[in-house]
Amino acid sequence: MAVSEYQVRPGPEGYLPPAAASMGVELPERGAALVEGRVVPEDDAFQAIAEKLLAARNPVFFPGPAVLWAWKDGVAEKARAVLRLMEVVGARAIPMPDYRPKYPMINPAVEINPNHPNLTIWHNRIDVGVFVGVHCHYANVALKIIRGGTDCYTIALCGEVGHEDAMITLRDVDVKKLERLTEAARALAAAGPPRTGVMPRVGTAV
Amino acid sequence: MSKGLFRISPGFEDVMPAEYKELVTNGPYGRDLGVKDLGTFKELIEEHPLCAGCAEALALRLILASLPSPEDTVIVGSTGCSSLLFTQVAVQNIHSLFGNQNAVATGLKRALRLRFPDKVKDVVVIAGDGATVDIGLDMVMQSWFRRELITTIMLDNEVYANTGGQESGMSPQGAVLYMAPLGKKFPKVNLPEIAREAGCAYVATISPALPRRLGKVVRRAILVAREIGPSYVQVFCPCPTNFKWPSAQVLQKIRDRQKEGIFKVREYVSPEAEAYLAGLEVERQHDEQE
Ligand SMILES: Cc1ncc(C[n+]2csc(CCOP(=O)(O)OP(=O)(O)O)c2C)c(N)n1
Ligand code: SF4
Ligand SMILES: [Mg+2]
Repeated sequence: MAVSEYQVRPGPEGYLPPAAASMGVELPERGAALVEGRVVPEDDAFQAIAEKLLAARNPVFFPGPAVLWAWKDGVAEKARAVLRLMEVVGARAIPMPDYRPKYPMINPAVEINPNHPNLTIWHNRIDVGVFVGVHCHYANVALKIIRGGTDCYTIALCGEVGHEDAMITLRDVDVKKLERLTEAARALAAAGPPRTGVMPRVGTAV
Repeated sequence: MSKGLFRISPGFEDVMPAEYKELVTNGPYGRDLGVKDLGTFKELIEEHPLCAGCAEALALRLILASLPSPEDTVIVGSTGCSSLLFTQVAVQNIHSLFGNQNAVATGLKRALRLRFPDKVKDVVVIAGDGATVDIGLDMVMQSWFRRELITTIMLDNEVYANTGGQESGMSPQGAVLYMAPLGKKFPKVNLPEIAREAGCAYVATISPALPRRLGKVVRRAILVAREIGPSYVQVFCPCPTNFKWPSAQVLQKIRDRQKEGIFKVREYVSPEAEAYLAGLEVERQHDEQE
């Protein structure tokens, strides 16, 4: 597998940042994850996510329709697991209830919209944002816009194959994986400060 | 979407924006509501950017309140002023390429029938006069010839409003518009007549100045398209911005046109559609409430 030199780092990267895929960043295989464009073992990514969230000034989860709406069996459990993780890392949620490009404008204090996610990030000064339950096509668009126009550090907890346009992405995220991630965060929080707030200490990623 | 899918995951209720919560607790999904109930439930349409006094916006509000099963409806729209409003609407909707709306609706209806054979899914095209009678006429008529089970609603504002005022086939003869300074040389196209000849089982013309009647017409058109054949509703909603009318006068202008006999409320129901509607218990109940 070709290794890309391109790093998926916080922006602002300019009006139209390239899609990370077009720069050679490939999605991780099962059991692996991506940290800033590099494939790493999943446990390393858990650590990196926990560090980022615990060090953040204003960490915010952006739950999308697939987790906000209890539309099939199992979603309520997943939602509960997301809420537990948020509690452990001290994050709050600003929802993305649907994908309509609302005019004249959304209220950035209460929601985030994938067509202009920067409004919510700027308005609330969000330094770390977590996508969960956002369908892939809109997560891809929104993550690219965020990288283009803000310095927000993005994390995607993806139920499918991951998002190369997020700075950190997990794939196949289900309740079990959320619980493992929550445990990693709990352990790190218990270890107490100092928190780095800079690049995560992950083995193969750097 | 079905009503059962419309539940907020426990724990996230607090952060849901108010309008979504209201749709869940007091929306029209799964309830037998109509124009007469406006003001008592959370409407499917939010704040929108159409001009003050826009008759098309009022027509859409009434149409949305009249959908027999909003939770099982997909609206297919086309480019034009209405497309700016659909982004604020809590019904599944597809924005199609200008003029292609009836072709897209055809494919969608057929796919939904395969995917949900035991469910009724209403596919309703809502597009401007330019999209329906001019650029999309081929697709519109072919869908009628093929007897596709879809409802086509034209928002007849008598102009290409969204692109700044070109004349359309529905502009009245003599109309002088921002981008048609010489005045239109031929009369409005008689699309209702064409619809009937082309195989529509239900055809009606209506305006938002008659809200209850509009509600009834839309409902009947959608019900007929479930079983009998294609249906067509032409909603007269002239554009105050392009015709340079004060926004508060639009409804009066519509009424004046009706009085003068220039705009006529009409309804054609095929014998099969007539029998079908008569047999529908639900339709009867509605009629009684009118
Ligand atoms: C394929 C294509 N052709 C042309 C256009 C340009 N266009 C956008 S809106 C519009 C006019 C719409 O007129 P109408 O259907 O009457 O809707 P209204 O805006 O009046 O509601 C046109 C021609 C387009 N968007 N796409
Ligand atoms: S231009 Fe005319 S049709 Fe378009 S939003 Fe304004 S009033 Fe309505
Ligand atoms: Mg028009």
